[in-house]
Amino acid sequence: MEFHATLHVEGASANIRLVGELDSAAAPRLNELITQAAEQEVSRLVLLMSELSYMSSAGLRCIVMAHQKLGSDVDIVLVGTTPPVAETIKLTGLHRGVIMQDPAETR
Amino acid sequence: MTLLPFSERIDSHPTRRVAGFAVGPGRALPFGTTLVPGGVSFALFSNRASAMTLVLFRRGDREPMAELPFPADFRVGGVFAMTVYGLDTEMIEYGYRATGPAEPDRLDRFDPDRVLSDPYANAIGGREEWGVPVDLTAPYPYRAQIAFDDYDWEGDSPPNLPSHELVIYETHVRGFTRHPSSEVTEPGTFAGLVDKIPYLKELGVNCVELMPIFEFDECENTHVDPATGDQLLNFWGYSTVGFFAPKASYAATGRYGMQVDEFKHLVKHLHRAGIEVLLDVVFNHTAEGNEQGPTVSFRGLDNSTYYMLTPNGDYYNFSGTGNTFNCNNPVVRGFVLDCLRHWVVEYHVDGFRFDLASILGRAQDGTPLANPPVIESMAYDPVLRDCKLIAEAWDAGGLYQVGSFPDYCRWSEWNGKYRDAVRSFLKGDTGVVGELAARLSGSPDLYGRRGPSASINFVTAHDGFTLHDLVSYNHKHNDNNGEDNRDGDSDNRSWNCGTEGPTDDADIIALRASQARNALLILLFSHGIPMLLSGDEVGRTQHGNNNAYCHDDEVSWFDWRLVARNADLLRFTRTLIAFRHAHPALRRPSHPLGQTVTGPLPEISWHGVRAWQPDWSGHGHLLGVMCYQRTDAGDDCVYFAVNAHWEGHELELPALPYDWRWHLVADTAAPSPADVHEAGREPELTDQHTVHIGPRASIGLVARGPGTLLGPADN
Repeated sequence: MEFHATLHVEGASANIRLVGELDSAAAPRLNELITQAAEQEVSRLVLLMSELSYMSSAGLRCIVMAHQKLGSDVDIVLVGTTPPVAETIKLTGLHRGVIMQDPAETR
Repeated sequence: MTLLPFSERIDSHPTRRVAGFAVGPGRALPFGTTLVPGGVSFALFSNRASAMTLVLFRRGDREPMAELPFPADFRVGGVFAMTVYGLDTEMIEYGYRATGPAEPDRLDRFDPDRVLSDPYANAIGGREEWGVPVDLTAPYPYRAQIAFDDYDWEGDSPPNLPSHELVIYETHVRGFTRHPSSEVTEPGTFAGLVDKIPYLKELGVNCVELMPIFEFDECENTHVDPATGDQLLNFWGYSTVGFFAPKASYAATGRYGMQVDEFKHLVKHLHRAGIEVLLDVVFNHTAEGNEQGPTVSFRGLDNSTYYMLTPNGDYYNFSGTGNTFNCNNPVVRGFVLDCLRHWVVEYHVDGFRFDLASILGRAQDGTPLANPPVIESMAYDPVLRDCKLIAEAWDAGGLYQVGSFPDYCRWSEWNGKYRDAVRSFLKGDTGVVGELAARLSGSPDLYGRRGPSASINFVTAHDGFTLHDLVSYNHKHNDNNGEDNRDGDSDNRSWNCGTEGPTDDADIIALRASQARNALLILLFSHGIPMLLSGDEVGRTQHGNNNAYCHDDEVSWFDWRLVARNADLLRFTRTLIAFRHAHPALRRPSHPLGQTVTGPLPEISWHGVRAWQPDWSGHGHLLGVMCYQRTDAGDDCVYFAVNAHWEGHELELPALPYDWRWHLVADTAAPSPADVHEAGREPELTDQHTVHIGPRASIGLVARGPGTLLGPADN
């Protein structure tokens, strides 16, 4: 399934909505949006993941990339991560500085 | 200065098409795969191949999606190198077909019908699920993959502990947490081991030695458990399929291709806990076996380069497993070094233990070499400079080099003579006290030039009885291994304390408990580097099986219920490890001298029932040792005595000057909790002149007093 990602900055929060399959081919596009978000004065980056059907190793690396580009004082919030992706993030240590949230917890 | 974007390199564009793919000349070095702008460079060595084809698969597909012959001009010497553009590295697997003279009697075994794995593959597909056999009839069962090598190490720096400070804990990634009682979220994996780091930290070990974690095929075993009819496995994994690839099924995330990251995560967290990571590596042979074995990679690429062959092309078998890796061939030597560097640079591991390392000292025809190139190369390699290099200094071809392994003042050895002497002494053999003294003082007779850190002291290891079984069985009980109890070593120097195996006899149970503690006390008070076998601290049993390589079951798994059940043994072990860390007199970087050097006492002195009068006679069963070290922090003086005699004795203690007094650290004859005393709470002996040592028991003492042993405190 084709990958789409859109960035909306609302105040201090940069929200990226991810749709489809996030693989090697798609990862550079997400990294580009993360770079754009890093150029704004934001205190948190929210990745809306519930419409993501697949996330590969390359996709997971975007989370580390986000952490590095935005700095440690910016919260990275993953919303609606599927259980396998959440587990992989945790077991490989990619969850450092990452907050996982259920979609229900967000506004 | 303007930086030119990497993508604008003038060599970053394809020059032609092969099988529909845009390609260009690859980078001949390094071997393996290299990500380059827009593509992947594939580089592979084969000296005798006349032609090579890169075979690409969609991940998991049985049949290839493309075959790309290397154009003749994409070859540099014996290296085939091609960059393929536009590949999604996550979605493909790759292999090679090599064409060459297929003349077994001329040592070649080319077979272009087979797809061969890349020896440098940094991940292997097809083995993601533990215990699920590959289809050996498939065109490509062990499949090279390209794993991402970027990782956020968060500033990890290896502990780089001085060797003489180490306490090594030998364990098996799967066995350590596979048992349901481990209560980790991902049993039997790198992630599971991360969950148990607090246990290791509390135990006090500062180095874990992991049994093989390079990709192997546990399903290669052909034996059947005669009791259950179950297919046995190669649980230990001393049979490498992928030398550059962490075992996928040891990673909870291996099914997502994330084993590389998960293993790095483990190393990072062990380092954060101050624990070093040693890998048990197997360069003496490969999983390809002899003529009958599967062709995975080396055999089809350059048989006579990678394997030691007899003049008529048969495989030499110094490893006991069918083939012998030709480590002193210059090309293979380069492969071995590349592999070790890979694990140090990419995974931050702190050292290696080399299985059957004496094979690394053999020439290409099997002759032992005085100056083996591969061992010398490792000793002087810049990347490996700070690594611990530990040899299992023997092989299955009869070479036994404990104390004589070519060391370059760099290598340590598993001290098999230490194990044998301590076992013999403990079971009550005569004529051992003299040798025991040498072993306890770091084996200066073997390692006088190298120092005690060259001696990896152990009483038990994965290969052989566990400590519990060493004191519970006279004979091996390997019937469940499917070889009529023929496998495994028959020379165990073990003693069952009166009856073979489990018993309700309280006296025997108590004696076994004491004997196990004797072994631990000797190990943790000896000069040299102690190595504990995982589970011995809680009395793990293999029910007399001394070769449990094939058991992926409760025989091999660490049963975490033992932590509560044998909490007293765990406490004994933990307390003595802490004692060792606190006492520099026990872990000197150089061998102790039997004379005074920096203070009033010799660095080491020997005692018997009478102080200063050891009994070196052939009938002796008792030895007292006093170790002394003066440091900036003051004087450190430790006394311990081991009594393998079946009667107790009153030991005269060496007198301490000034008001220094002996305090009791451990007494293996005393029931828990009096068997050991926590650091700083060791009770003072009421009688400072003599101490009772029980039958088949050991005691440990520490000296304490005002000021120093040079004189009373100034104030």
